[in-house]
Amino acid sequence: MPALALYTPEASPELTQLLDLGGYVWKRIVTVNDVVDLEPQESWAGAIIQLGEDPERGWTIVRSLRGKDIPIEPVILLTRENQLHQLQLNDELFDDFCLDPFHPHELKARLTHLFTSELDSNTSNLIEYGPLLINLETYEAVVEGQPLDLTYMEYELLRFLAVAPGRVFTREILLNQVWGYEYYGGARTVDVHVRRLRAKLGEENANLIQTVRSVGYKFGKSRWQ
Amino acid sequence: MERPQDYVLRRVEERGIRIVRLWFTDVQGQLKSFAISPAELEPAFEEGMVFDGSSIDGFSRIREEDMLARPDPTTFELMRWGNNDENAARMFCDIQRADGTPFHGDSRHVLRRVMEQAQVAGFTFFAAPEMEYFLFEENRAGSPIPLDKGSYFDLTTADIASDIRRHTLSSLEAMGISVEYSFHEDAPSQHEIDLRYTDALMMADNVMTFRLIVREIALEHGVHATFMPKPLAGEQGSGMHTHLSLFRDGKNAFHDPNSPDGLSETAKHFVAGLLHHAREITAITNQLVNSYKRLITGYEAPVNVSWARSNRAALIRVPTPRTGSRGDSTRIEYRAPDPACNPYLAFAVILAAGMKGIEMGYELPLEAPPSMTGYTEHGGLIDQDQLPQSLSEALDEMEKSELVRETLGEHLFRWFLRNKRIEWAEYNTQVTPFELDRYYSSL
Repeated sequence: MPALALYTPEASPELTQLLDLGGYVWKRIVTVNDVVDLEPQESWAGAIIQLGEDPERGWTIVRSLRGKDIPIEPVILLTRENQLHQLQLNDELFDDFCLDPFHPHELKARLTHLFTSELDSNTSNLIEYGPLLINLETYEAVVEGQPLDLTYMEYELLRFLAVAPGRVFTREILLNQVWGYEYYGGARTVDVHVRRLRAKLGEENANLIQTVRSVGYKFGKSRWQ
Repeated sequence: MERPQDYVLRRVEERGIRIVRLWFTDVQGQLKSFAISPAELEPAFEEGMVFDGSSIDGFSRIREEDMLARPDPTTFELMRWGNNDENAARMFCDIQRADGTPFHGDSRHVLRRVMEQAQVAGFTFFAAPEMEYFLFEENRAGSPIPLDKGSYFDLTTADIASDIRRHTLSSLEAMGISVEYSFHEDAPSQHEIDLRYTDALMMADNVMTFRLIVREIALEHGVHATFMPKPLAGEQGSGMHTHLSLFRDGKNAFHDPNSPDGLSETAKHFVAGLLHHAREITAITNQLVNSYKRLITGYEAPVNVSWARSNRAALIRVPTPRTGSRGDSTRIEYRAPDPACNPYLAFAVILAAGMKGIEMGYELPLEAPPSMTGYTEHGGLIDQDQLPQSLSEALDEMEKSELVRETLGEHLFRWFLRNKRIEWAEYNTQVTPFELDRYYSSL
């Protein structure tokens, strides 16, 4: 499992001990830049953010985690009682919170709950979008519970698109990123594979991959739209 | 293990694949296949599968020579059609010599090489064939009995052929082969399925898969599908008209918005090259004795070496591009090939001929007049070559061709000529019903 991002402006040995005992791998981040600089290769497994004395710094870090191409989930906040009103405005930025100072049992229970339901899917490398499920480890793609039988390039293209819902890619970028070399099919090859992919997704789900006129393609919608 | 290979191994495991079929194509365009178990897959990727090349037409003669079949993991596809419930998957193979160098008798390699040469010039080559074939009653005599007397665009619900067609179309889609149109052709029991363009290598693979699927599904319904170019005298034959386009930097290189007819200079040179070399490549695009029974006047098959926008008897048709398509659909249609060809070699010589036209800047001859239906009517009007009238003539033309020799490579070129000369010689030993009818009683 990749590391959790841990931001605790106040010393909290109790928290790190709780994480260590629970078998969680974590990495401390101090500034907003650390979100990118210290990120594990497989990306963060989630984050625990203590708002503390200066909550705005904590929120900045949370926004940065959630604003990534693949938003980091889950995010759990440690908030003081007098900060609770801030939560309402930022509902989409976190998955759960815990009152600070926290009760170790409560935090542990919340962590377990979040990380077995959501993180499991993260650590086993699942991409889920609407009816589509991709297991990055086993290369399995499933739509509405039915396995998709994709060729390697179809799979790679779908995976690449599905990792960043709503983002528009030009054919050239897709060709470079997915095929990774000057494939003799050229950019037109991308069209051929999108067509094949749509056919295999079936009529009802073919529109998961949308053509963006005179630009390229995008997959689904961004969660921020 | 490289990622595409790892992908295949995982899929085999996850989907419970029990048989992996390794496919390749002999020089005549016959699909060859051998099956391996999933356990053999990893060594097959790493070292290739050894087989005796002398057992395959056009591979190696006289002495035995070990060859390697190297499965191309990007072609891995589950075989999902008809009663194929054995949980099988297939991959196309590239053929190598024991020392790992590409084998010159491998037609897939020939096409790949020509496409790579075009790529150096900045072009990528796309093809979309219209596949025609007949469905006949299964019978031991081996003579064709049509299932129906339908004609173009006929739709009858009670038609068994429409069941077969529906079944065929869904199987093709499941194999990632996209279909543009499908309809009943002019002749009784004749069908046409137009495939949507892909790059030519993928399309040649698709044509191989297509022929197998069509035949197997017909068989499941108790009928016989044939890609023989001219199974019925007096009816239209089966062609494989192929739509061609070149792309450069993601744009259609055949399109020029500033040209009055929308055609670029590149397109004109390509067409000119194809016309210039048409007679030389006909033995490849039309490789059977029977192919030349189709290339006759009066059946919408090309006879003259000509091009036109609207004349359907022309060898090359330049369809009007769809409006509002920004020229992406600009293409030319080469109408000589028949579906019994080796698609790898056919696409290779077509591309080589067109590229030669671009390279040498060949001038496009005058367009054939719209009313011309055959050379006899307007033969005097335009001074035009005809396509070869027989396999023998086509082979003579091919033998003189530097272009075909270069494209196929010496090994394949020699083998093909020798093999086809034998086919012609055997045909010449036959006394045909025509001769008996015509001469027996009166002479």
